Amino acid sequence: MAGLTGRMSTVVKAKVSKLLDRAEDPAETLDYSYQKQVEQLQNVKKGIADVVTAKKRLQMQESSLQQSVVKLDTQARQAVAAGNEDLARTALERKNVAQTELQGLDTQVSELEDQQQKLSDSEQKLRAKIEAFRTKKEVIKAQYSAAEAQVRISEAATGVGEQMADVGLAMQRAVDKTENMKARADAVSELEAAGTFDDITALGGGEDDIDRQLKQLSSQPAVDDELAKMKSELGAGDAGGAAQISAGAPDAQAGEASGQAGEPGQSGQA
Amino acid sequence: MIVRISGEDQYRLDDDDAARLNELEAAVVSVVDGGRKDEFAAAFDTLLAYVRDHGVPVGDDELESSDVILPPSDLTFEEAGREFTGEGLIPD
Repeated sequence: MAGLTGRMSTVVKAKVSKLLDRAEDPAETLDYSYQKQVEQLQNVKKGIADVVTAKKRLQMQESSLQQSVVKLDTQARQAVAAGNEDLARTALERKNVAQTELQGLDTQVSELEDQQQKLSDSEQKLRAKIEAFRTKKEVIKAQYSAAEAQVRISEAATGVGEQMADVGLAMQRAVDKTENMKARADAVSELEAAGTFDDITALGGGEDDIDRQLKQLSSQPAVDDELAKMKSELGAGDAGGAAQISAGAPDAQAGEASGQAGEPGQSGQA
Repeated sequence: MIVRISGEDQYRLDDDDAARLNELEAAVVSVVDGGRKDEFAAAFDTLLAYVRDHGVPVGDDELESSDVILPPSDLTFEEAGREFTGEGLIPD
């Protein structure tokens, strides 16, 4: 047997035989197996708790990033209204990075939810199998001669062992996934610690390291689009722009102004 | 014949289903070997769906070992590439 299932079967069966390595005295094996099974069930519970912890951490980051997005959006609008396009751009760059991180976190939280559900189902199944084994071992002890018992025990223990090995694999997958996510969560934490999503009003005048990094991280076309949109929504409140802005009715000049839509932003820096 | 879908359940299938299972698995292997990533999910789902539709779940109180163990349903194309060796599902 190979192909798709070959490797899976090999991995699982190797784990099963490792679990069943002890098979001298049938009665001892039975109780020992049962004891091991109960221990393993505890490990599964711990594994589920770890997944839940990882999920909670990501959810906390999500809510903190959501607050940052709202705050930075407000500040960008205020900056546009005040005609400070550089500051608006900085806020939008930060917002853009925060939003990208949020999307990543969203996907990961739902992946972890799936993992948690699957592990819970597996745990229930394993618990049922272990219970079946407990019943069966008493029957085997009572009814069979040592030689017969050996065969029956081996069958029953292999059945539970396979379930256990499979739960073990599922847990390993969950751990691998949470490890990857931990790396991402750490990266977000670093950005937060570096002040990436902080209040932009706390910034000094010049461009700092954070800004230079953000320019690379954020999507410039998206930032440009959003800035343009904000400016049109807020009536292009650019103090350095053409005189008609103060008329407060930008739509009236839309036709005239469209030819130089990219201009007003430049003038502020001149 | 008992088939386990890893992370999911064990199913009892007729021995006659083996031939069809082999075909479906060969289809998945060919998709992976050919690097046709966009066809992978559909082919793999078809294989798993066949087991679920034609098999009867083994009771939680039954202690049986499986004849065949299939990878979990969330297997990625990249993981599949590592799992496959291009041989058959069920030994001749």
